[in-house]
Amino acid sequence: MIRTEGLSKSFEGFWAVRDLTLEVHPGEILALLGPNGAGKTTTVRMLSAVLRPSRGRAWIGGYEVTQSPDEVRSLVGVLTEQHGLYTRMTALEYLTFFARLYDLPPEASARRIRHWLTFFGLWEFRHQRIGNYSKGMRQKLALSRALLHHPQALLLDEPTSAMDPESARRVRQAIASLRSEERAIILCTHNLVEAETLADRIAILDQGRLVALGTPEELKDQALGPPRFRVVLAEPRTDPPPLPPGFQVEEQQPTSLVVRPPRGEADNPRLLRALLHAGWPVTRLEEVPRTLEDAYLALMERLHGKTESLPQAA
Amino acid sequence: MEKPKAYLKPHSPGATLSPARWLSRTRAWWRPVLVILHRELLDQSRDWRIVTPIVGFTLFFPFLMNFVARRMVGFVERFGAEIVAERFFPFLLLVVGFFPLSISLVIALESFAGERERNTIEPLLIAPIQDAQLYLGKLLSVLVLPLLASFLGILSYIGVLMWRLDWKPEPMTLAAVVVLTVTQGVLMVSAAVLMSTQATSVRAANLLATLIIVPIALLLQAESMFLFWRQYHVLWYIVLALLLTTALIVRVGLAYFNREALLNREMDVINLGTLWRLYRRAVVGEARNLREWYARAVWPEVRRLALPSLSVLALLLAAMGIGYATVARELASIDPHLLPQSIRDPDTYLQNLQRWLHASVLGGAGRLPLALFLHNMRALFLAWLLGVMSFGVVGLLVIMLPFGILGGAMAYMQFLNLTTPTEFFLGFVLPHGVAEVPALVLFGASLLRLGARWITPSRQRSLGEVWITSLGIWTRIFLGAVLPLMLLAAFLEAYLAPRVALWFLTR
Ligand SMILES: Nc1ncnc2c1ncn2[C@@H]1O[C@H](COP(=O)(O)OP(=O)(O)OP(=O)(O)O)[C@@H](O)[C@H]1O
Ligand SMILES: [Mg+2]
Repeated sequence: MIRTEGLSKSFEGFWAVRDLTLEVHPGEILALLGPNGAGKTTTVRMLSAVLRPSRGRAWIGGYEVTQSPDEVRSLVGVLTEQHGLYTRMTALEYLTFFARLYDLPPEASARRIRHWLTFFGLWEFRHQRIGNYSKGMRQKLALSRALLHHPQALLLDEPTSAMDPESARRVRQAIASLRSEERAIILCTHNLVEAETLADRIAILDQGRLVALGTPEELKDQALGPPRFRVVLAEPRTDPPPLPPGFQVEEQQPTSLVVRPPRGEADNPRLLRALLHAGWPVTRLEEVPRTLEDAYLALMERLHGKTESLPQAA
Repeated sequence: MEKPKAYLKPHSPGATLSPARWLSRTRAWWRPVLVILHRELLDQSRDWRIVTPIVGFTLFFPFLMNFVARRMVGFVERFGAEIVAERFFPFLLLVVGFFPLSISLVIALESFAGERERNTIEPLLIAPIQDAQLYLGKLLSVLVLPLLASFLGILSYIGVLMWRLDWKPEPMTLAAVVVLTVTQGVLMVSAAVLMSTQATSVRAANLLATLIIVPIALLLQAESMFLFWRQYHVLWYIVLALLLTTALIVRVGLAYFNREALLNREMDVINLGTLWRLYRRAVVGEARNLREWYARAVWPEVRRLALPSLSVLALLLAAMGIGYATVARELASIDPHLLPQSIRDPDTYLQNLQRWLHASVLGGAGRLPLALFLHNMRALFLAWLLGVMSFGVVGLLVIMLPFGILGGAMAYMQFLNLTTPTEFFLGFVLPHGVAEVPALVLFGASLLRLGARWITPSRQRSLGEVWITSLGIWTRIFLGAVLPLMLLAAFLEAYLAPRVALWFLTR
């Protein structure tokens, strides 16, 4: 549905996006992560046929962005980084305007506008000027605009950045509910929990380059190595743990032990058997949580070296 | 889920459309334009910065004008010259109609630059509409309210005039005023919208707007003069020229409309160094010395101007022919006794002319060529200025004017039996025309070429770059050919031409 091949963009010699090759299938959500200035917004703008790629190509639903920009624009729904709402209009007028631009039939447009405004809790404010809206309300309205024409490719640039936890959750629900057989979604975000819960796959950009691509689990394996497990004991032990060959001790404390089995989870029965056999009082065996955040930070550290610690106040 | 629509291009080659299909296609193409227009109007009608002055101009201005008009009538009537006062009314109508239009300038300058500053442009650029639809939607929307205000102002002023002074405009006058108002409005707005797309911010656009206001103010003066003298046919020519210029401006605006540039951050930094280097390169080319410059930069450009030069020459000759024919016809129909003695009587006229020529031959030498040269340069500067603002068109008119006058003089001298047209040409035109005519022809042709370069779309370079480069190339012609020729012409005109003319007259 969304496909890029060597997609690159330079601004007067500065490469904001370099050689990006990606594919997002229908029904899939891809989270696009990366530090500020990594090129996420630039990628979204190229995919929505607003910026012209300097090199490479991109297709939306089979249409090439430079060759059929009109078709591409009618297929994508974009939540832009800056929502750019007209503050002198009411929400209802605003959405109606875009519904007309997208040439929706009047009944369908009225129905959808009502649906999304209600969904985001904006319906009762529909006759208020957008100028009076809060930041989060504006974001929800902008999101409604992006969804109005049931786009096949949805590009969301930081959809929850200004929202209160409850609204953010609603928006996440909305995004999850938008996952459908025919729709591909790209989600740019700095919220790694969001990325992890929503995305099927994650792409990480850094200085315009794609530095990692895969499912959250794959990325974690890649950045943090295979999973580790913590063994919790009923009473302290200080002797070396009796581990089967291939197992590594990562950390030992009197009442707990962090172990990395060679083949991951599948090795846990062997581990347990050995420990119990040697009379270790195991009360719990649990995976050490690997968050996407850890993986992301580990990856960035690998790319840029350890970030310096904050300067101390004098 | 929406499927992409088959996008109709406005000028697709499907030539064999039935009228019904064509109509529905055209309607479909205009639909988004109207949607944008509608939104803009809604927005404007809520903007007090726009509404207040429009209402003010419409309601308040006609009464102010009326006050002025009554004063004028009162003043002139004391001298029993009602006619003159009445002739001022059309001019006042023009002014009443013009003021609300100045608001359109403000809106137009905002149109793209403002959206860009407020970041509202991106959702529009992402919507499935074509550049031309967006551009036209904006353009039209800027016009509607101010034009409406204009018409209201004119109407209410006419009402006031009819009611208080019992004066009714002639249909022709009214038509001229209305058409002029509309065309000026359209011209100003399209120029302002163009600037709005190219400017990096509203502030920058406002600064650029002086480029519109000054020439329009001059134009308004010229128009009111022709209105005063009831030279309606001249007014229609002006309208034609305005429309032509508008079309060219819209074309430039569309050609350089660039979604990408509209998303760039606003940075009001102009790098003068870069601009100067660009210009210098365009002027100098690859040349390292004067000879190379003539050989490689000037001469090829002169040769490229061959065709435009021919057309300019034809135009100049045509102007001369028109001048000749007009004056000859007037003279044939006029009662000679109505002419003042000094120019009616061939002998007196000849004496005056000879005295003047003698004075030029004897007294002027030394200071004269420089004065002539500066005078000509001033005229060329005016032509250049007007030409630059109208893609060359009005500039040409300015250099055609003296040729028209020359043609008239030719007819007059013939009428007085002083010279035949051939003698006039040989004695009065040729001596300095040898240098001046080629200079003017090249000047006109290079102006035309400059205009043509500006309206030729370029996807690679920005409008600013294109303008500077083509200005540089124009400068080659001006410095390399026009200026030396004009200098030579000034000397010929000062030293040679009066002698030759005298010889032809006293022979
Ligand atoms: N119009 C432009 N002109 C020049 N440079 C630009 C332009 N747009 C973006 N850039 C540069 O390209 C790089 C990528 O910008 P982009 O906005 O795509 O980053 P991003 O990943 O969206 O960052 P953020 O997380 O802060 O939103 C940045 O270094 C930015 O300065
Ligand atoms: Mg961004």
